[in-house]
Amino acid sequence: MNIAVVLRQVPDLIETLEIADDGTRLDYGAARFIVNEWDNHALEQALLLKESEGSSVTVVALDFGEVDNTLYEASAKGADTIVKIPWDSEEPPALRQAAALYAEVLRGIGAELILVGCQSHDELEGPLAPQLAFTLNLPYVGVVRGVQPGDQPGSIRVFKEFPGAVVARMSVRLPALIGVLAAEKAPRYVPVSRIRAAMKSTPIRESQVDVPQAAAPVNVLRLYVPEAPERAEMLDGSAEEVAERICQILAEKGLLR
Amino acid sequence: MIQASKKAVDEGRTLTLLEEVLASPEGESVLTCMQCGVCSGSCPYGEVMKYPPRQIIQEAIAGADADLISSPSVWMCVGCYTCAKRCPRGIDLTDVVWPALRDQALQRGIQPPTELRVAFQNLYLYGNLLGISPRKRLDWAKDLDVTVRDLSRQPEPVEVLWLVGCYPSYYPRNQIVTRAMARLLTAMGVRWGVLGKDEKSLGDCDRLFGEEGLFELLVENNHKLFRQHQFDRLLLTDPHGFRALQKFYPRYGIEVPAQHYTMYLAEKIDQLKPLLVRAIEATVTYHDNCCVGRRCDCYEPPRELLRIIPGLKLVEMPRNREIALCCGGGGGGMWLDGHITEHGGKRLSDERVLEAAGTGANILAVSCPFELSRFEDSIKVTGLEGKLVVRDIIELLAESMGLEERKKA
Repeated sequence: MNIAVVLRQVPDLIETLEIADDGTRLDYGAARFIVNEWDNHALEQALLLKESEGSSVTVVALDFGEVDNTLYEASAKGADTIVKIPWDSEEPPALRQAAALYAEVLRGIGAELILVGCQSHDELEGPLAPQLAFTLNLPYVGVVRGVQPGDQPGSIRVFKEFPGAVVARMSVRLPALIGVLAAEKAPRYVPVSRIRAAMKSTPIRESQVDVPQAAAPVNVLRLYVPEAPERAEMLDGSAEEVAERICQILAEKGLLR
Repeated sequence: MIQASKKAVDEGRTLTLLEEVLASPEGESVLTCMQCGVCSGSCPYGEVMKYPPRQIIQEAIAGADADLISSPSVWMCVGCYTCAKRCPRGIDLTDVVWPALRDQALQRGIQPPTELRVAFQNLYLYGNLLGISPRKRLDWAKDLDVTVRDLSRQPEPVEVLWLVGCYPSYYPRNQIVTRAMARLLTAMGVRWGVLGKDEKSLGDCDRLFGEEGLFELLVENNHKLFRQHQFDRLLLTDPHGFRALQKFYPRYGIEVPAQHYTMYLAEKIDQLKPLLVRAIEATVTYHDNCCVGRRCDCYEPPRELLRIIPGLKLVEMPRNREIALCCGGGGGGMWLDGHITEHGGKRLSDERVLEAAGTGANILAVSCPFELSRFEDSIKVTGLEGKLVVRDIIELLAESMGLEERKKA
């Protein structure tokens, strides 16, 4: 099975995010970048499938943030091919533009299974995974916490999570795109010596694609820094007493008539 | 066998555990092991390990290391150096055998315990064990009432380049000690500076974790920094970092004069003594940290510093100096409590605070950043709150000098 994984760079939340002077976007120049947590799970799931099935894994990433380190780390973990898509802006592409870029490269790879994190913390216009599935005209299952080889050739079995800890087991015919919430195991640690060896021995394939016209993004009027809460009150007592106190607080705040 | 190790390295082939041990400078000594078992009997976790140190050597020499490599024992050493210190053959188990064992596990895809994995990632990404932004390295100095020369912003020659360390820079309890150290150095008239956002871990713990690649990455970073700045000597709050500079950095051609703060201040004791104007009426017992103590045979400087504090009475725990019990935090132990407890080990720091309280002391003095939080946690769980407090030697000296925590006006 040929598997492709999309690895995105997102702002690292160990740094305080700053709003740019125009007040409508993040100051990306002041940000530090890290691989999207859920994409990292998608990669781990792909590697687990590779180990059980002998699949090949291609990782695709936009030339943004600390992408080279991320790609070499993916290679050290076991990815067979690492591909970088040119991108020369300080800011990431809008959702549909990103989907168009990834789609063009993924079509060329001919993967039967595409794994993408089902969310990222910098989403403004919605998640990339279903948008990418739509662009590629592929079936999509999201919020998946496990992918296994299917019972039939050309199929996979996925475990999709629903609210209330309900998990559905589904058979999905390939090709398909899966939005990964979690891999079956925690993303693996790879020794730094392996990453450094990959830097010396593994070439990053640069994929040449035409940058599609930016689709009209969401029009952001103003970004705000969240207000720090001033106080907290712990409620105790019976359910009725707590409910009554909640109603009282809401009324005091003018939120209940 | 030694030739075989060299050949395997030359061929780029994955080494066996024994080959990896033999490939290190002191590794050959492992072949002299007579299986006496002193190491296993001395190890604080030997009795709960499936593979205690003696058996690790036995399995390595027999070439039957597959089960060993994947066993929980791999992650149960806390780097106390007791096995190495007592080995009648002088086998350096702590610095050679354990790191090789852990490296083998990592190279064969064995995943370390989760907390340790997170610590590795933090070091790789941010250069510190706590996973906090490098930009916040100097947050401890905010509103400090003395001048801090941040050499990352304005390089200038200094007498002492103080490598503050990860916990002393970031962990709130340690930051109090760090500020005390800044005031103390200033009061002594030392021209000191720090590396601010550029400072990264010296990597000693990583080496003992077996993460040699990560250690090398940090060594390269620090070597570059040392060359960029002018200083007479390095001063370290962290004994693990001191040991790394003393023992492992020279292997990479990096030889810089470095001292743990207890050694540095003990050298200046005549200058320090007249500054100690306030009495501290307390009974104090001192916990020898493993790196400055057992590893470097440096037992007296910390005690000399305590003895010059007016009013202070120093008493010893039954296990002191060479036989001191480890706090359990070294060699990755700070991130292995969960793993060790899961496999039958008890927190050594709990045992140690009970021993300290048994001396009648009301202060447990320490000189390692890991020990503050470990012992303070142990005091809470052993019912010693209100009876015993943990103070770094720096705090006691600063208090005796009248250098209280003050904010800038």
